[in-house]
Amino acid sequence: MPEAVLAVFRGTAEGGAPVEYRVPVAPGMVVLDALHYIQGHFAPDLAVRWNCKAGRCGSCSAEVNGRPRLTCKARMDSLPFDRPISVFPMRAFPVIRDLVTDVAWNYEVNRKIPPFTPRPGTDWKMSQADIDRVQEFRRCIECFLCQDVCHVLRDHGKTAQFGGPRLFVRIAGLEMHPLDSVSRTGILKQELGIGLCNITKCCTEVCPEDIKITDNAIIPLKERVVDDYYDPIARFLKKIFGSGKSEN
Amino acid sequence: MTEYETHEHDVLVVGAGGAGLRAAIEALAQGASVGVVCKSLLGKAHTVMAEGGIAAAMANVDRADDWRAHFRDTMKGGKFLNNWRMAQLHAQESPDRVRELEQWGALFDRTPEGDILQRAFGGHSFRRLCHVGDRTGLEMIRTLQDRGVQMGFHVYMECAITRLLLDGDRVCGAFGYWREQGRFVVFKAKAVVLATGGIGKSWRITSNSWECTGDGMALAYDAGAELQDMEFVQFHPTGMVWPPGVQGILVTEAVRGEGGMLRNRLGERFMERYDPEQMDLSTRDVVARAIYTEVREGRGTEHGGAFLDISHKPPEYVKRKLPGMYHQFLELADVDITKGPMEVGPTCHYMMGGVRVDAETASSTVPGLFAAGEVAAGLHGANRLGGNSLSDLVVFGRRAGLAAAAHANRAAAGSPGAAQVEEAAREMLVFFERPEGESPYAIHRDLEATMHDLVGIFRNEEDLGRGLEKLRELEERTAGVRVEGSRLFNPGWHLARDLKSMLTVSEAVARSALARKESRGAHSRTDFPKTDPEWGRRNIVVARTDDGMRLSDRPLPEPPAELKALLREGEQA
Repeated sequence: MPEAVLAVFRGTAEGGAPVEYRVPVAPGMVVLDALHYIQGHFAPDLAVRWNCKAGRCGSCSAEVNGRPRLTCKARMDSLPFDRPISVFPMRAFPVIRDLVTDVAWNYEVNRKIPPFTPRPGTDWKMSQADIDRVQEFRRCIECFLCQDVCHVLRDHGKTAQFGGPRLFVRIAGLEMHPLDSVSRTGILKQELGIGLCNITKCCTEVCPEDIKITDNAIIPLKERVVDDYYDPIARFLKKIFGSGKSEN
Repeated sequence: MTEYETHEHDVLVVGAGGAGLRAAIEALAQGASVGVVCKSLLGKAHTVMAEGGIAAAMANVDRADDWRAHFRDTMKGGKFLNNWRMAQLHAQESPDRVRELEQWGALFDRTPEGDILQRAFGGHSFRRLCHVGDRTGLEMIRTLQDRGVQMGFHVYMECAITRLLLDGDRVCGAFGYWREQGRFVVFKAKAVVLATGGIGKSWRITSNSWECTGDGMALAYDAGAELQDMEFVQFHPTGMVWPPGVQGILVTEAVRGEGGMLRNRLGERFMERYDPEQMDLSTRDVVARAIYTEVREGRGTEHGGAFLDISHKPPEYVKRKLPGMYHQFLELADVDITKGPMEVGPTCHYMMGGVRVDAETASSTVPGLFAAGEVAAGLHGANRLGGNSLSDLVVFGRRAGLAAAAHANRAAAGSPGAAQVEEAAREMLVFFERPEGESPYAIHRDLEATMHDLVGIFRNEEDLGRGLEKLRELEERTAGVRVEGSRLFNPGWHLARDLKSMLTVSEAVARSALARKESRGAHSRTDFPKTDPEWGRRNIVVARTDDGMRLSDRPLPEPPAELKALLREGEQA
């Protein structure tokens, strides 16, 4: 059986360093299998988050050879074995231990988002064509890889001013729900700073669910913010005819 | 004295899958203060893995469907060992629970008329499963999670409960630890709802995540509650079999619901021999045994499974209705399911047995303790139908939340006393104090092998006896486990404790399987291959005594005359 060497970050918020482990490679093996092998044979206290091991829960996010990925979908045979495979925690979030980071911030911001608010008196009929685009956003498994790769969060640490791609996808799912009746452009502009996104599309590139985050979620939301705050004609028309959505 | 923090709630919900979240939402709606404790991050519970759909007789697609038909299918699938009242409530209430999810923002696939679309599934006589492609569980958990957060429940994420605290014979809270820092925590509560799911991690090949270690069943058992139907463990017929790393990962029944066909190595549609009427959409117990038998008799695929083929459907249709399966096979197994067949085999999937509960209130035999979802027994009898789990979660989650809030309203707060808390803390710390000892991972590997080889799909007296012997050895080894490292996010430490729960529940499974001398539903005894009507009148109940585990028989409650008539109609049809 071929062998691979993994250089896995071991440490805490106080600091740490990669430690190398030699792991036998079975057909179809993924990086998470290798981490489990390390836990079972060398380092029982290696801290790793995981649940489903099938790409459906979004728990096992890490940076494999510098790229944010789900370790349960990162095939060993897609990686070069001539040098150690580096496995590091997501850089945009504070390390708790080893590969486990503190992602609580995402949950705190999520709490501020106005919930789905159905139009009064709706008969709950919806056509599939109208919900297709919303179902795309609802595929999100909250792996936070898009947050990890977003330079506004990763390099500039703007967690106080910016919501990040995951939360924009979440809002897009509510805003574009055919029966929703509340506008979220206020929170998008002010608290979640959607204007800071300069559409480099890094988030779309790392999304394991292939959600077109930038094109289908962020840009349409930016347009809604522009309509509501910066376009005098649109504002004027809205005043006269209404937008169909109430301010939150 | 051990240091710990204390939190107080009217209702404490343990587990944040569908049942736990639905219970919490209902208790909140009743005005109770609610805490939800979960071992993982919010939204990662095993419900997220549910793929095919939620069964509810809404009759959007097949107009003739109604709760009576759903009730009959559920009882028939469960080989009539179900609690009839639970099956009735479940069939009657699940359509409302689905509508409610939609009103909270869930977006199910639609019919051309704009209603919720429903698909066919094994054992359901009508197209009944409301679904979102093959990610229905994710839609459900996200909807419930957001609803609960908006209503203001308090979530304790990555926190594990190791003991229920008692005041006399009633529950007054729970003891646990934060996974992150390893600190201890005491929750005081007037009512506790267990919603901790199943026990799949006791078997080597399973669709279950690391969390499914039977915690709730073991906690309830330790607190004096009764368990029931523990011999009934469902093996889902279609898990992945190749490559080795993905063995056991679920392949949704929706593949067959959408027209997928099973074949053996010789190209035969072998289900013709096992259930010519329902074929590929027979119940899970039958299909799992069929695949197992084909493989054992030498007609299996290269990697010891059967072929499951959906490639006769248009590629775009497959990608649209089964996107998760399409990507799962492409990325993990290099198989394009729109072009060729998948290789599949049985995987340990679901526990029909669990905490014995009252049908109306989900209350256990311990005052103040409730249980809903997979951790509870009764609804599914000897075999669960696909799609009946998600509906179980919301129907009985809601009922548990309602009853727990009512109980908290009536009950005075209890007090656990210092000794109980101290003992619970000792149990967790002792792992670090041993100068030497075995790794919990090695014991876990042996437990999985034991249950897989000796308490699997087909059972007999000799294997079960040996299985029990091995479990005793594993218990002795577990008593000497040593944990390396610190209390800071230490998975080895967490597993050391989870092993104890797994061993308790595994023992209950093996003993119950040995006691039931017949074959029924998911329980197949090669030495008693027939279904015995005498055993059809009894549930096996497991309880803790001073001398260890005690088994007893309880008469199955009899349905009223009108429901009996309904079931007879089904027999004739």
